[in-house]
Amino acid sequence: METKMVHLTINNIPVTVPEGTTILEAARTVGIRIPSLCFLKGVNEIGACRICVVEVKGARSLVASCVYPVSEGMEVQTNTAKVRKSRKLTLELILSNHRMDCLTCARNAHCELRELAAEFNIDAVRYANDELLPRVEDSALHLVRDNSKCILCRRCTAVCRKLQEVGVIGANDRGFATHIGCAFDRDLAEVDCVSCGQCIVACPTGALSEKDDTQKVWDALHDPSKHVVVGPAPSVRVTLGECFNLPVGTNVEGKMVTALKRLGFDKVFDVDTGADFTIMEEGTEFLHRLQNGGVLPMITSCSPGWVRYCEQHHPDMLPNLSSCKSPQQMFGSLVKTYYAEKAGIDPKDIVVVSIMPCTAKKYEVQREEQRLKNGCMPVDISLTTRELGRMIRHAGLLFDNLPDSDFDPMLGQSTGASVIFGVTGGVMEAALRTVVETLTGKDAAPVDFHDVRGLDGIKEATYDVAGKTVRVAVASGLANAKRVLDMVKSGEKHYDFIEFMACPGGCVNGGGQPQQPAEVRNFTDLVSLRSAALYADDAAKTYRKSHENPELIACYKDYLGEPGGHKAHDILHCTYVPQKRYRTDS
Amino acid sequence: MKTISELTALREEMQGRLALRHTSDFPIEATNTETYQRHILVCAGTGCTSSNSPAIIEALDKELKAKGLDKTAKVVHTGCFGLCALGPIMVIYPEGAFYSHVTVEDVPEIVDSHIAKGQLVERLLHKEDGNTVHTLPESRFYKNQMRIGLRHCGVINPDDINEYIGVGGYTALTRILTEKTEPQAIIDAVKNSGLRGRGGAGFSTGTKWQFTADAQSEDGVKYVACNADEGDPGAFMDRSVLEGDPHSVLEAMTIAGYAVGAHQGYIYIRAEYPIAVDRLNTAISQSRELGFLGKDIFGSGFDFDIELRLGAGAFVCGEETALMTSIEGHRGEPRPRPPFPAVKGLWQRPTLLNNVETYANITWILNNGWEKFAAIGTAKSKGTKVFALGGKITNTGLVEVPMGTTLRTIIEDIGGGVPNGHKFKAAQTGGPSGGCIPASLIDTPIDYDSLMAIGSMMGSGGLIVMDDTNCMVDIAKFFLEFIIDESCGKCTPCRIGTKRLYDLLCKITEGNGTLEDIDTIEELCQHLQASSLCALGQSAPNPVLSTLTHFRDEYIAHVVEKRCPAGVCKNLLKFTIDPDKCRGCTLCARNCPAQAISGQLRAPHVIDHAKCVKCGACIENCKFGAISRS
Amino acid sequence: MPNCKTVIAYHGTPQQEDELKKVIEAHKGQAGATMPVLQAAQEIFGYLPEEVQIMIAEGLDVPLSEVYGVASFYAQFSMNPKGKYQISLCLGTACYVKGAGDILEELEKKLGIKAGGITLDGKFSLDACRCIGACGLAPVMMINDQVYGRLTPDQIGPILAKYQ
Repeated sequence: METKMVHLTINNIPVTVPEGTTILEAARTVGIRIPSLCFLKGVNEIGACRICVVEVKGARSLVASCVYPVSEGMEVQTNTAKVRKSRKLTLELILSNHRMDCLTCARNAHCELRELAAEFNIDAVRYANDELLPRVEDSALHLVRDNSKCILCRRCTAVCRKLQEVGVIGANDRGFATHIGCAFDRDLAEVDCVSCGQCIVACPTGALSEKDDTQKVWDALHDPSKHVVVGPAPSVRVTLGECFNLPVGTNVEGKMVTALKRLGFDKVFDVDTGADFTIMEEGTEFLHRLQNGGVLPMITSCSPGWVRYCEQHHPDMLPNLSSCKSPQQMFGSLVKTYYAEKAGIDPKDIVVVSIMPCTAKKYEVQREEQRLKNGCMPVDISLTTRELGRMIRHAGLLFDNLPDSDFDPMLGQSTGASVIFGVTGGVMEAALRTVVETLTGKDAAPVDFHDVRGLDGIKEATYDVAGKTVRVAVASGLANAKRVLDMVKSGEKHYDFIEFMACPGGCVNGGGQPQQPAEVRNFTDLVSLRSAALYADDAAKTYRKSHENPELIACYKDYLGEPGGHKAHDILHCTYVPQKRYRTDS
Repeated sequence: MKTISELTALREEMQGRLALRHTSDFPIEATNTETYQRHILVCAGTGCTSSNSPAIIEALDKELKAKGLDKTAKVVHTGCFGLCALGPIMVIYPEGAFYSHVTVEDVPEIVDSHIAKGQLVERLLHKEDGNTVHTLPESRFYKNQMRIGLRHCGVINPDDINEYIGVGGYTALTRILTEKTEPQAIIDAVKNSGLRGRGGAGFSTGTKWQFTADAQSEDGVKYVACNADEGDPGAFMDRSVLEGDPHSVLEAMTIAGYAVGAHQGYIYIRAEYPIAVDRLNTAISQSRELGFLGKDIFGSGFDFDIELRLGAGAFVCGEETALMTSIEGHRGEPRPRPPFPAVKGLWQRPTLLNNVETYANITWILNNGWEKFAAIGTAKSKGTKVFALGGKITNTGLVEVPMGTTLRTIIEDIGGGVPNGHKFKAAQTGGPSGGCIPASLIDTPIDYDSLMAIGSMMGSGGLIVMDDTNCMVDIAKFFLEFIIDESCGKCTPCRIGTKRLYDLLCKITEGNGTLEDIDTIEELCQHLQASSLCALGQSAPNPVLSTLTHFRDEYIAHVVEKRCPAGVCKNLLKFTIDPDKCRGCTLCARNCPAQAISGQLRAPHVIDHAKCVKCGACIENCKFGAISRS
Repeated sequence: MPNCKTVIAYHGTPQQEDELKKVIEAHKGQAGATMPVLQAAQEIFGYLPEEVQIMIAEGLDVPLSEVYGVASFYAQFSMNPKGKYQISLCLGTACYVKGAGDILEELEKKLGIKAGGITLDGKFSLDACRCIGACGLAPVMMINDQVYGRLTPDQIGPILAKYQ
């Protein structure tokens, strides 16, 4: 059916857009930007904050342009005295209930509210509220909430409910007392939060931020008795640049390595190498299950948000979960065993820092079942991309001007397969590259598996591999994961291998990635741009399959033995267990 | 029951029995075939129930049985008569004798005298200005009323569908279904009647029906809903209709379903209305039993059923989109419009939503003809309106008057004026969304547009009378305090703006206000009107703006003179002892919790204003009227 | 605030829980079931403690925060148990203009609790409610099902004494 076109005028400029377009979107097509706060396209379309109001001829009151559909002959004004005054007053009201400690706020330089206040030239708030005290809730390992800075835009609750379908936070009470919180206003650590951090990247203000662990890293770096090793995750190299205002999708791997070295890390390794080990172990496990009638579908365990969700909401699926540790944990485990032995350093003196696109990694690093036989936790501190960005600024490094450097050898080699771990479908594709080659031989095995690429929430493909049919599925965002699980449980779908990532689009869109204002998110496809950079990196790599990684080959040969073998199992695998969803007093 | 002839037979039988209750209000032209000599009607509305009418009904039944008169007189419980202030109310037919303030102790006398001997109990008859009123229609309270929405309240037993049929109930529905009336003809009749929504803004009911009828639904599903979430504090029109005449709403909803193409109805009713909920449940099951609801109604092939959904105490759920969100099981937060409910309402399907009183008018219009309805009222407001009259008024209760009746008629004639020698100061209509009408505008004809013009609104029909002891700034503050809690909290202007308005009003009533604050208040009010998401926020400033318009001097007195003219705002009160009247009994000093009063025995006492907490304990204790508050 | 973490330990009986399970079962898969189930649960338990809301969330497959968000939105839902004698004072407009504010003050003073609270011995709970529709008798309060109308502050003491 052909889309009906609608004709209207905005600020007297004729506009023609498809039916169903909102005023806000229509205005953009003719170069008019309407400010907004609560609007997050496709996620939070509720017209609540009233910043985006405009005048529509004939309407009784001002209307919210973010949700108001255009209609034939409509006459819209976006910049009248009435509109400007209304927006300013609304902002003033928001500010009257917002604790303005901007200078010391985690969001200070890139707060959407602050930007708007500057834009509207707000010089005073006439309704000052002296009663606003910090309301800090920092029970969880990964985030801090301060409701005194919350403006109730509901972006966080929308991502938690709609994208993730976890729904641990929501609006409580009503009227002026309305606030965002968990059921019974329990602390986040007491509920079934999966720590994905999507709420943080959705938050326009400093009400939500990751728990800052940078001081711990500084402390380690300044401690001469510690050997501090760092490794960034695959996706960080294509997002870190955004912290320094580089265009979305810029690959800054070389500058990042230089920055890490200049920050004083003793070794700068690459978690990509950890990802290659994951493929070797996971691939081996999958082949074993496939060939020996093991539990299928096998489901990936790279994403700690997904793992926790599975443990809390779908404990019956735990036998399906791969026993592999995540790339971060494999990386840390190898540093504190293999590297420690080779370098002759007591693993207890090593501090492993990971740079992750993820807040759930902060939770993962302290999971007890990850502990190594030598008593060490594989990773000591997990930082988000944002925190690394802050450390680099703090250290006075002019990121733009940094030269490129290479990772340190031994655990610093990456492959195309490991690079694409950072995007939905990447783990699956990397695994297929190795598994298919193992089953069919090098010449017959393809490198690119296009069916599992792309930004669809749920993807599926079937491969005929050496006479065996392998059915795979890929889903990102827990809402999509739930959908796939429901289909598997009901028997509607049969898969052999499933990749789940907690964040929609995968790690490139993780909860630890640089926060882009809604205004950018609404009109730019961050996931596409960031993942395109990863696929470009993959295509340019010398080694594109995990099992080709020379450092990995050396490690198995010199230290681990066979993939899936006894030693590899000891170091690189663990057991996931059911977890309680609610922690009540009784 | 499946055929018109069965229904006609039942109706004729019931008419013969109800002919006993013949009055000017209730013109049933039928031969009396009732075997009982008398019907004793006792109000069982919430007001009279609260003042013990169930015990009276029980006592009557017992007494009649004991005296062997239970075949002579029949006790009938009814909905609200309207005169709640005089409850519990009893009317005995055929005389139509109107007894007020009846107690259980009065029952034996009523039975012995009135039922057994036919002698009226003179002392229980209502008195007006010293004159005895024998029947309700004679009373000044009833004289200026015209009852359409309330036509069956206090007339029939709401728990007996047969009585409803006896007064013409279900005629309209069965006629439409068996004659297969064109839905458009019904919509046209509603349109032509000029009926406007009785719940608030007064949108044309017929137009709403048309929109819903015209709206396309992908799977063909549409809904009809009834707003019975009467959240306006001080309003109980809808409750009274549901308690007194539930079937008229069910019948109208079914007709609406037929007209717009819906097969499922929802009534969203406050859980705080247990009696209305019970009566609705009874009515729905009786209606299903007789085949007025359910599948293939009267063999017409038309299906319709109604489900009750209970509200749980949220004023905002009276707003149409919030009501629907609530029925869908969520927090009652309004949604932006468009899409309008007529296009995408409940579960994204076209939904017709009217309030109780609006529905209560429908069958009257269809039975009596839209022309007759359109002849009542003013140019743009047709028919009648029910008001819940409360506050400082002699005849608290429920009144129904033609549109265009003046406030003066309602307050002075029907309401009996302001009691205790106080002066009428203002009337508040429309609840928290409405405004205050000052005494100077007492001759304003009440209709949608004239109320809007003076900064108030019809609202659902709450009409609270205030006298010179009510402070208008305090009243504005009262409504804002209500809104701060009742706002859903979704949009910024309403959530924070109302709180800031309230803060500013507090500042003024505490004596710390400035003239700039008044400007800021006005600016904020305009902002809320223009920028809030839903009607609740847009109309929340009305109580403030209307009092600012009509009682600005009172605001100024608070701000400039630091004085509350009505003597309500505690911080601005000043207690003084008149030395000429004070006998020095020390009682006031001994009762003062703040030790603010000093003085020697038998010598005039003095209040230390710095210490005084303005509790009023001294005034209460002074036996000589020596202490005044200003 | 009437809505906060319950301080009194949960003491639901297996019979009550069975009853709730039946209600949940009857509403499962029904659109808009949360409110009717919460209403039924409050009938069964008298209030809506966390344990009960968890049962509802799991039974209806709705996030607990959604259930609590609904429960804390509507004034009728209570997270705290009610007293043996439940006092509800009407603060509707008609009652307010006739002095319900003074009655509330007196009740709070006499009971030593604020509206929304419950006395430590569990005997009285006090709620300020919206119009109960007995405007003719304003100001009005209810203690359980008993209505007291045309109140003045000095009547409060003697009325409460009847329940001591």
